[in-house]
Parts: sequence; C-alpha cells; structure tokens
Amino acid sequence: MATGDVKLLGAGASPYVNRVQIALNIKSENYEFLEEKLGSKSELLLKSNPIHKKIPVLIHDDKPICESLVIVQYIDDVWTSGPSILPSDPYDRAIARFWAAYVDDKWFPLMKELRMAEGEEAKAAAIEKIVEVLVVLEEAFVKCSKGKAFFGGDSIGFLDIAFGSFLGWLKVTEKMGEMRLLSEAKTPNLVEWAERFCCDDAVKDVLPKTEKLIEIFKIMQARAKAPPSN
Amino acid sequence: MATGDVKLIGAGASPYVNRVQIALNIKSVNYEFLEEKLGSKSELLLKSNPIHKKIPVLIHDDKPICESLVIVQYIDDVWTSGPSILPSDPYDRAIARFWAAYVDDKWFPLMKELWMAEGEEARAATIEKIVEGLVVLEEAFVKCSKGKAFFGGDSIGFLDIAFGSFLRWLNMTEKMGEMQLLSEAKTPNLVEWAERFCCDDAVKDVLPKTEKLIEIFKIMQARAKAPPSN
Repeated sequence: MATGDVKLLGAGASPYVNRVQIALNIKSENYEFLEEKLGSKSELLLKSNPIHKKIPVLIHDDKPICESLVIVQYIDDVWTSGPSILPSDPYDRAIARFWAAYVDDKWFPLMKELRMAEGEEAKAAAIEKIVEVLVVLEEAFVKCSKGKAFFGGDSIGFLDIAFGSFLGWLKVTEKMGEMRLLSEAKTPNLVEWAERFCCDDAVKDVLPKTEKLIEIFKIMQARAKAPPSN
Repeated sequence: MATGDVKLIGAGASPYVNRVQIALNIKSVNYEFLEEKLGSKSELLLKSNPIHKKIPVLIHDDKPICESLVIVQYIDDVWTSGPSILPSDPYDRAIARFWAAYVDDKWFPLMKELWMAEGEEARAATIEKIVEGLVVLEEAFVKCSKGKAFFGGDSIGFLDIAFGSFLRWLNMTEKMGEMQLLSEAKTPNLVEWAERFCCDDAVKDVLPKTEKLIEIFKIMQARAKAPPSN
C-alpha cells in the first residue's frame, strides 16, 4: 500500500491538471493542491519540471512526475488497491493508449486551431474538422465501451479521463461560438457519455464550471489580441 | 504464455518499426515481417491503421496495434516470460515514459528541422538545438542508468529502444553534414551507450546500415526538391 506525501502543482482550469485530479480521486488519494497563478510559474514548478516548465507536476515523496498521461499511469501503477484506471487486458490497454494519443495529437490541436481562426470561413473549416474527429471518437466509444457506460466499461478509465478532461473547454467553445460540436445527430453516444462522465463522483468537483472557463477564455483572448508592449 | 500469429507491417529503414522489431527480439517472439514499399501503402496497412495509415502496425491474432511506443508496451504486457522492457518500479517507469515522449516530441522534430534547413545559418542554429537536447539526454542517461550500461540498467529497456532506434539516422546526419552531434566532449556517456546499444543482440540485426540510410536520404531529398509535376 502506497503512503507518503502527495502534492499536485497545477491550475484548476487546466484539463491536463484535471486528468491527474480525477485519477487521484478514483484512487481516493488525498493530496495537497498547489495552485499556480495564471501567467506566472512558481520556483517549485521550475525546479520540479525544468524541462517543460509546465503543469501538472505530481510530487510524490518529493519525487516529481511530469506529463499528464504519464502521471495518470503512475497513479495507476502505485495505488493498486483502488479501482484500475488502465484496462487489465493488454489489447484493450493498447487501444486506450492509442486513442488517448489521438485525443492529444489530433483532436485537441484542432480545438486550438478553431480558437485562433479568424474569419467565418476559417472557423467553419476548423469546426468541420473537429466534428469529423468527434465522429471518429464516437466510433471508438462504441468499440471500447462494448455497450457499457464508459470507454473503460462500467467505470471511468484511462481514455474517459484523457478525453473527458476536455469537456469543459468543449462546452465553452460551443457556447462562445453558438454552435454544437457534440450533437445527438452525429455523436449521440458521446453526448450521453459526456453527461455521465461529468456527473461521476471522481469528476464532478474537478471539472471547472463553464462560466469560469468563459471568464478565463476572455482573458486569454484579450491577452492574445493586446497590442505588443514596448 | 502468449502464442499466436504475429505479423509486423513496416519498413526496415523506419526507426519506429525498428523499435517494435527490437522489442520482439527481446522477447524472442517469431513474427512475419510484411515490408511496405517506399512511397506506397498496402491494402493491409490501410485496413489495419485507417486512422493514421502509418507503419509500424503489429497484427497479433488478427488484431492490429498501432503507434510504435504503444506497440512496445503491448509487447511487454503480453509476453511476460521474457525480459521486462518497462522498468518494474513505477517511478522509474514514469521517468522512462517521460523521456521517451521527450525524444519523440522535442528532440526528433529538431532532426527533421535540420534535414529541411536551408542555408548555413539555419543549419548551425538547428545543430545547436539538437546538441543541447542531446546534453539533456546525457544527463537523463546518468540519472536513469545509475552507473549501469543502459537507460534500463543492465539490459536494454523502453527508453533505450525509444531513443536508440534513431541512432543510425543520427549517424547518417553526422556523415552527410560532416559534423558531430554526439561527441566525447559533450555527451561522453551517450557515445559509449550508443555503441553498446547497437551491438546488443536484440538490436544488431535490426538497425539499418548508415550507408543504406544515406541512399534513402538522398532519394527523399531529391523527391522533396523535385519541381512539382503537372
């Protein structure tokens, strides 16, 4: 049984940090949350993650672990008495890792592209690509869930966490753009899954409220558009 | 004990494919190698990896697994009687995954940047960044190896495979550019590790010869610079 001091360097609005919080909650693991302020990096962060200087960083017994999905797998490896996060079957595990990488490398960059898109045409093109990818993830859900509630089966697992952590930001994007990305028409299973995921005990107090993210989104937009200071 | 039909769709010159070959060798798994021709994609590849349409793809009992490091972890999870590829300690495992992601996401893109670089200034700037990255990996080696021969300790492991698979491409780049990237001056441990890695039984018949890669590199350069055909 793993004991010891657990700290998480992060920010509540970061989906990457949320991944780690959800994983710790699944394992019922207590931890100290050290909140980084938006726009600055603490000494501890720079010391714990000198390579990337990014959150989240998990510090377990003074040893730092970086990169959100590496941390989630670490949590699963260490706290073995709690529910499993990675699937037990090696093939299912490989499929979960494949789709988690797809979310990070293919899907989320399209969300950033949409945020930066200028003009209706560019925005529409970005939205179309995002929806195509969501349809791919809808098919992945049907295969992975095998008729159950989550990608991971009866309870949330690695891929639920990897993708679900972005649901707050996905909703913000829909609200700000007055459109739907997830829809009953094209991604009915994901729409229902999203609701179940957000209500899950390990998740519901972690994902930030949409209104809060809208505030942060507006601040970030303002900063991006501000004239350069001399 | 895992039995069953193992096929690997790939190309001998691809470092990503080499990773899988090395992992299968570590586990003494026999497999059928289905070589893709440069510049075309077989029906089987397109069917097995419809999302990315890329090699390597491992097909185990007719089930495809994609993405080289996902495949390597799958191999480690399935063939448990052979030597371990991932470290047994969860923290060491997290560190190995962290650095493997660094190699793929931070370091190797710099190599591609160098191959595309035009002009002495651009080349020199990229070489500097590559060497800085190698110095970081040198420090990682000292920490991970703990005085032993490989990142993985006494025998090659996950991070050796992830990084070592690029060594001949690195060697080719040094020869073509008449310069050194790995050097006794800045990365003495990596220079020695590279030699040990390339001589390892699981590796020595896998990595393509540098001369072969020089040929392939010249073909790729010629294609990239060819005037567009109408």
